[in-house]
Amino acid sequence: MDKALIPEGLRRSPFPVFALWLLVLFALIGWGIYAGAVVLLKALNVTGLNDYFGFGFYITIDLAIIALGAGAFFSGFLFYGMSRFFPSLKELHKIINLAVVVGFVCYTGALAVLLLEIGQPLRGWFGYWHANVHSMLTEVIFCISCYAIVLVIEFVPIVLENRKLSAIKPLNVFGHSLHEVMAVFALLGTFLSFFHQGSLGGVAGVLFGRPFAYRTGFFIWPWTFFLFILSAIASGPAFTGLICRVIEKVSRKQLVDRSVYELLAKIVGSLLTLYIILKIIDTLYWALDLAPSFGFKLSDFYREPYGMWLLFTEIVICGVIPAAILMVPQGRQRNGLVFGAFFLTCTGVVINRFVMTVQALAVPVMPFDSWQVYIPTMYEVAPGVAMLAYCALVISLAYRYLPMFPREKELNP
Amino acid sequence: MAIDIDKCTGCMACSIACQAENNVSFRPDESNKLRSITWLEMYYLQNGKQNSDYRFAWLPRPCMQCNSPHHSPCTFVCPVNATVRDEETGIVDHIVPRCIGCRYCMVACPYHARDFNWWDPAWPKPMELMLSPKVSTRMRGVVEKCSFCHHRLNDARAKAFLDGVEMNQVSYTPACAEACPSKAITFGNLADPHSEVAKLAKDQRAFRLLSKLNTEPKVYYLSSHQWIHELANSQL
Repeated sequence: MDKALIPEGLRRSPFPVFALWLLVLFALIGWGIYAGAVVLLKALNVTGLNDYFGFGFYITIDLAIIALGAGAFFSGFLFYGMSRFFPSLKELHKIINLAVVVGFVCYTGALAVLLLEIGQPLRGWFGYWHANVHSMLTEVIFCISCYAIVLVIEFVPIVLENRKLSAIKPLNVFGHSLHEVMAVFALLGTFLSFFHQGSLGGVAGVLFGRPFAYRTGFFIWPWTFFLFILSAIASGPAFTGLICRVIEKVSRKQLVDRSVYELLAKIVGSLLTLYIILKIIDTLYWALDLAPSFGFKLSDFYREPYGMWLLFTEIVICGVIPAAILMVPQGRQRNGLVFGAFFLTCTGVVINRFVMTVQALAVPVMPFDSWQVYIPTMYEVAPGVAMLAYCALVISLAYRYLPMFPREKELNP
Repeated sequence: MAIDIDKCTGCMACSIACQAENNVSFRPDESNKLRSITWLEMYYLQNGKQNSDYRFAWLPRPCMQCNSPHHSPCTFVCPVNATVRDEETGIVDHIVPRCIGCRYCMVACPYHARDFNWWDPAWPKPMELMLSPKVSTRMRGVVEKCSFCHHRLNDARAKAFLDGVEMNQVSYTPACAEACPSKAITFGNLADPHSEVAKLAKDQRAFRLLSKLNTEPKVYYLSSHQWIHELANSQL
């Protein structure tokens, strides 16, 4: 039925099967849109947020998905910017289209959820008009929206590669012209993305009234600024690799050479190792020096359900273990270990974003204040699920109708 | 502002006066205290001991109007400059029509002095007629907080202008200080070393909440009880 749109020489699942999959995704997106509409109409009182937990599920999932979407900018940076000096990085060409699509869906999805998060969505544009240059959130607002535009520009030429669209000459010329200047956009995206990944860390790190989140730092940037950048560029390529593997499993085809996964594993392993070493140093400095200077002990920050297990899981299980696996050549040679390590890396960054958002607020600062537990409602979870379904939808459509993997034809004769 | 905890009876007249003066809205069901709007919250302190050693006290908590260098914890995080500190008066204000409701300022405040409007404000029928025309009501989806009755300062300045008095000579009393029957709340210009509040701030009994955080609150508490001093700044 849709054969004319499928890239020449590539096989895809029968349309009814694909339509059924789309139906499931549309149902989830519909559920999220309904929940989002209720939030916009009835206000945020339908959520689990309160005066204690000003930030909750929306911010956590936004921070997490933006970190996981960092594969787009970082792969672009390595491919367009660094491959001249390190030719082995040219291998990333085989996965760069997927990285761009993953980044595009992660950022646009996060922006949609961000609209629900603010109490006065119609005033969202005030962020540009009344911008407070001292606020980390201003940096986030500017960089995320600019980078989302860059991602759209990066995504357009991939869309124009579609068989039917490329047959239209003006579009074809436009698409190829964009390809020519893509390196410029990739490097611009790198600059913007480095900054906002950092400023998302700065959002928590500058809170000097919150000893759990607050960190000292370099110049105006707290250490969390740099840790967030590092954790994002470590987990982003891991997430892209995982998505690629999932598509391979579902389509039962090999889409990229094994060498691409090995290269990703090396990149993720090196960055994760550096990150986890710095994270451990940061945790020790925070626990032994910074927090005590405010009158807190490490044990004051952890109480069930936000117990020490979160710290252990984040640093050891989802940090030290995957870093060790990916740094050892034998670990990188076994698919189970590589993708297991990728999964743990992504889980670790999600836990980190949760901890810096929700747990940071659960800890009482005033001595006579109490611990609180945050439980999100359906109106928070549904838009989050819908955002993931939207990501899956765009990736599915892109895989089906666009030549995403340059080596697919050769690898699947 | 200086609040003498040893004088406070916990009658909450300050909190009620604040509520009435500033048109603070309330819900028919206020069972979820984490969503109540209370500009001046009353905290119950206790020394954790038993029987005859047991002691308790009340701690009224307005906005601390933090005086930390450059910015208060809440002002520099606001992405839209909706909350700003007037360096002349020291009052941390919140411009409600500019607030986008991101709640970053609430997250930044360790004193929980800021509340979010989770619902549209509403008052029972006759009460609508009793709202103060001098303070705007707040719409849903924005943050609000204690302003040290800033509108009273504006009134005092308007009067000073008409009377030909210097603007920096004006004085006023916020609703909470005015309502306190035991005169536990003293309000004035901390920058003026001859003011009563400045003298109280230097009193041996004076302390500030969470002083280790370097937020530099402009609200001082007074108590002769050591356990209260320790509680205000100790860890959990």
